[in-house]
Amino acid sequence: MSTVIYVPNDSAAISIGADQVAALIAQEAVKRSLDVTIIRNGTRGALWLETLVEVLTSQGRIAYGPVQPEDVSSLFDSDFLQGGAHKLSLGLTEEIAWFAGQDRVTYKRVGLIDPLSLKDYEAHGGLVGLRKAITQNGSEIVAEVTASGLRGRGGAGFPAGIKWKTVLDAPADQKYVCCNADEGDSGTFADRILIEADPFTLIEGMAIAAVAVGATQGFVYLRSEYPTAITRMRDAIAIAEKAGVLGSSVLGSKHAFNLEVRVGAGSYVCGEETAMLESLEGKRGVIRSKPPLPAIAGLFGKPTIINNVLTLASVPAVIADGAAAYAARGTGRSLGTQVFQLAGNIARGGVIETAFGITLETLVHTFGGGTLSGKPLRAVQIGGPLGAYFNSSHLGVSMDYESLAAAGGMLGHGGVVLFDDSVDLAQQAKFAMEFCALESCGKCTPCRLGSTRGAETIQKIISGVDVPANKLLLLDLCDVMTDGSLCAMGGLTPLPVKSAMNNFPEDFTGGAKK
Amino acid sequence: MSYPSWSIEEATRVLSPLKNVQGPVLIALQAVQERFGYVHEDAVGLIAETFNVSRADVHGVLTYYHDLRTSPAPARSIQICVAEACQSVGSRELVTAVEKKLGKKIDETYADIEIKSAYCFGNCALGPSAMVDGELIGRASVEKVTA
Ligand SMILES: NC(=O)c1ccc[n+]([C@@H]2O[C@H](COP(=O)([O-])OP(=O)(O)OC[C@H]3O[C@@H](n4cnc5c(N)ncnc54)[C@H](O)[C@@H]3O)[C@@H](O)[C@H]2O)c1
Ligand SMILES: Cc1cc2nc3c(=O)[nH]c(=O)nc-3n(C[C@H](O)[C@H](O)[C@H](O)COP(=O)(O)O)c2cc1C
Ligand code: SF4
Repeated sequence: MSTVIYVPNDSAAISIGADQVAALIAQEAVKRSLDVTIIRNGTRGALWLETLVEVLTSQGRIAYGPVQPEDVSSLFDSDFLQGGAHKLSLGLTEEIAWFAGQDRVTYKRVGLIDPLSLKDYEAHGGLVGLRKAITQNGSEIVAEVTASGLRGRGGAGFPAGIKWKTVLDAPADQKYVCCNADEGDSGTFADRILIEADPFTLIEGMAIAAVAVGATQGFVYLRSEYPTAITRMRDAIAIAEKAGVLGSSVLGSKHAFNLEVRVGAGSYVCGEETAMLESLEGKRGVIRSKPPLPAIAGLFGKPTIINNVLTLASVPAVIADGAAAYAARGTGRSLGTQVFQLAGNIARGGVIETAFGITLETLVHTFGGGTLSGKPLRAVQIGGPLGAYFNSSHLGVSMDYESLAAAGGMLGHGGVVLFDDSVDLAQQAKFAMEFCALESCGKCTPCRLGSTRGAETIQKIISGVDVPANKLLLLDLCDVMTDGSLCAMGGLTPLPVKSAMNNFPEDFTGGAKK
Repeated sequence: MSYPSWSIEEATRVLSPLKNVQGPVLIALQAVQERFGYVHEDAVGLIAETFNVSRADVHGVLTYYHDLRTSPAPARSIQICVAEACQSVGSRELVTAVEKKLGKKIDETYADIEIKSAYCFGNCALGPSAMVDGELIGRASVEKVTA
């Protein structure tokens, strides 16, 4: 009987050798006349264990990792096909503490299945939500999403159900569903992994949204930096069309829904929803002023649902298992689960899905294992380039929308980036300003020019020129950017800058530099 | 990667399937670049004519996006992520070391190789990250990047 071996085809795993590992396993099996079937699953999210090789045994999936190409022949020597002992043996995958401590809802199938097998997808609970949705009317679906408490995972946390209701109630001959898969934030990769590992979940979520509001066309706006995800998404759409999940009659219902991938062109600000719409319309990615909201006048002026990948990918579970099951998780007004991403200088980085309300400490130390370098942790940036820098006194903060805002930061897309004690927060603040200058769409003077001015001013502080006066000037400039910017690019760049100044004042004295 | 040299006939062929696309300008530019490796100056007029938009509009889109280029790419390409998560694991030092080894500066133009700053490949738990000739490299080092 053929033994099933899983080797991820996630781009992060491939970036450190997963393809070589898979090829060597195949070669070695032939050499030893062993019958193996290699399934290229998505990553299970423990990027620190990649390449994570799993063998399906009678007890379940037994994991080995991180496997380097040079480990392959010794794995065979240790009879890993029977789950044999080896220095890289990790036991049953689901019993590894890092996985066992998670609560996977949106990421339920991620890493378990062959991403492009619709059969695997259905065997693991796929399409249950969409099958239910086509028997309901739009208001029922929207009410369920509203009751679940699901909020926008792209960063702003706006209630998804309320947004959908706006689109549902807007009369129009054409409506659209657009998935924001621009994932520009450094330190975030959960959209990418979901698309590479379980693209049918996103398709199902978008189809449910379309059925709910009566949209017939959808777009996935995917960044060009993610070539593997682009190919996988397109392949999945083709398979879904062939199977009748997409097309003129969604699962045999009266609803039509077609879906297309559009590739970004290297602009961070095109992740902002109105710039994304401009880009989808083929134009320069310049921000539109709101109102009108995209929900009323979005793509080509039509009512449009715009949601992040994770928002849409959470919908199938909400509909399949009911709003109450989803809303039973979390805390306060942050209900359900968040897919956190542990990144940067971290020993055990990857994706942690848990209910909101876990502490930063638990994420960073219990799951993350502290810094990769082994040096003391000094700073954590939460929520991407527009998010705040925290110091170790903040480790007790509860990871939910309200608590992070109260602590002077934001959750954003859930990225958590660690820095050890070699970091210089004045340099980080300067980078925040430089990045804003580079990516500004150019519409507002405070964002376009203020950011360049800001970077120069921070450089003066670093060089020790008129430090107190330049610090005041910088704070002033931050206020002008916050008040005078049309969108969060210019409006939130002061957040990393000011939090760095407040939480790490010793780096802004212009003197002793490390 | 090798590309055919620019030809208006081939470009016309590349654009023809896009005739019915709503808002076609960006897609058209991307299609031309995918085919030829860059957007030749004559493509601007061709796209304007094909889709009945102004040359200024096409030019505006062409100059807006970081990905679109107006001259052929050098044979070799190294992109190094210089965003926060990679900074925390030494991307600044990596850039300096690569510059030193190759005797070239990042984000400057050379005939044979392009070394560019990039902002996130979504590989933030295995940084520093680089893309070398289209291939993503995790835990990048000078050796891996310049191999
Ligand atoms: N994921 C990433 O890579 C990334 C990158 C940069 C920024 N961000 C995040 O983006 C956030 C800012 O986003 P934004 O400027 O779109 O926020 P926003 O508050 O303007 O809008 C949030 C969403 O709610 C919708 N909305 C607001 N009011 C509504 C109403 N009454 N009815 C229906 N819909 C309504 C908006 O159209 C939008 O889709 C930041 O907080 C940041 O975290 C994410
Ligand atoms: C500069 C900027 C960049 C953004 N980038 C993204 C992004 O890459 N992905 C995303 O989902 N939202 C991004 N957003 C937020 C979107 O504007 C919008 O709020 C989101 O897509 C709505 O979906 P949600 O409600 O499901 O979160 C960005 C916002 C700003 C201001
Ligand atoms: S704040 Fe910056 S990115 Fe946003 S609209 Fe103004 S200039 Fe454009």
